[in-house]
Amino acid sequence: MALDSALLRVGDVHEATVVDNLTRTQIVQYAGASGDYNPIHTDEVFATQVAGYPSVFAHGMLTMGLTGRMLTDYVGDGRLTKFGGRFTAQVWPGDTLIASATVSAIEEDDGVVVAQFDVATRNQHNVAVFTGSASARLD
Amino acid sequence: MTAERFPIEAGHIMAFARALCDDNPVYYDPSSDEAKAVGGIIAPPTFVQASAQFDPDYPLRPKPGEVWFGSGATPSGRIHSEGAAGDSGGANGGTILHAEQHYEYHRPIRAGEVLTVSVHSGRTWEKQGRRGGLLHFGESITEYCAADGELVVTARSVGVRTDQTVRD
Repeated sequence: MALDSALLRVGDVHEATVVDNLTRTQIVQYAGASGDYNPIHTDEVFATQVAGYPSVFAHGMLTMGLTGRMLTDYVGDGRLTKFGGRFTAQVWPGDTLIASATVSAIEEDDGVVVAQFDVATRNQHNVAVFTGSASARLD
Repeated sequence: MTAERFPIEAGHIMAFARALCDDNPVYYDPSSDEAKAVGGIIAPPTFVQASAQFDPDYPLRPKPGEVWFGSGATPSGRIHSEGAAGDSGGANGGTILHAEQHYEYHRPIRAGEVLTVSVHSGRTWEKQGRRGGLLHFGESITEYCAADGELVVTARSVGVRTDQTVRD
């Protein structure tokens, strides 16, 4: 179900918990699906003893993918025209992530309504781990 | 500039969506109302990242006959005795991290199609890190095109190489 542009207002906020207590298994699952097997994400021995991190940590693209799930659940399938942002902090096993989209603009061009969103994903300490923006074509 | 073939497979989309805990049937069930509404199974927004699976030279996948840098008998395949210095995949003991990712979607990607991937380098720049050490940024632009040449997704990625391990 696509978002109805008639009901949408600038400033509207949609938010969703996209992962609760991130597991190492989910990070490994993402490694397998994406093909990025960098051991800093999947290999605790390597991550701690060789790379010097406190543990493995999630791929930035896992965080962005989870954030994308919030967006597609909100705007509807196949609606996004743009989605991008910056990885602003690492995501660790045990983290809980809350992703949000805030309507920043609604534009109509040739009968096509495009909504723009500020996007942010924060962890359980309210630290932003991903910040960016997205656009979606609405009905 | 590289060009490669990226077959969009339904099972791959399903596995990728599962890794994101996304149980939307548009990613696995062609007979679902969700898939019918968009003309079949489509890929989630960050799926093109998984084109790495089809890049024969992708460096972050173990390959037959090559030493892998993850742990085995020792903490790194590149360490032959305990306590020797290793590297973490970056140069000079630093790390390469993903700093930014941006996508432009020209249309949805559909299961069953085959995309062509072409990558070219963008800008490079340097910045002083907050915790000391120079950060080296590099941009790469990837175009995913359909068989008829139609541009489907444009991706812009920024990587950062640090001179030291990064911690929050």
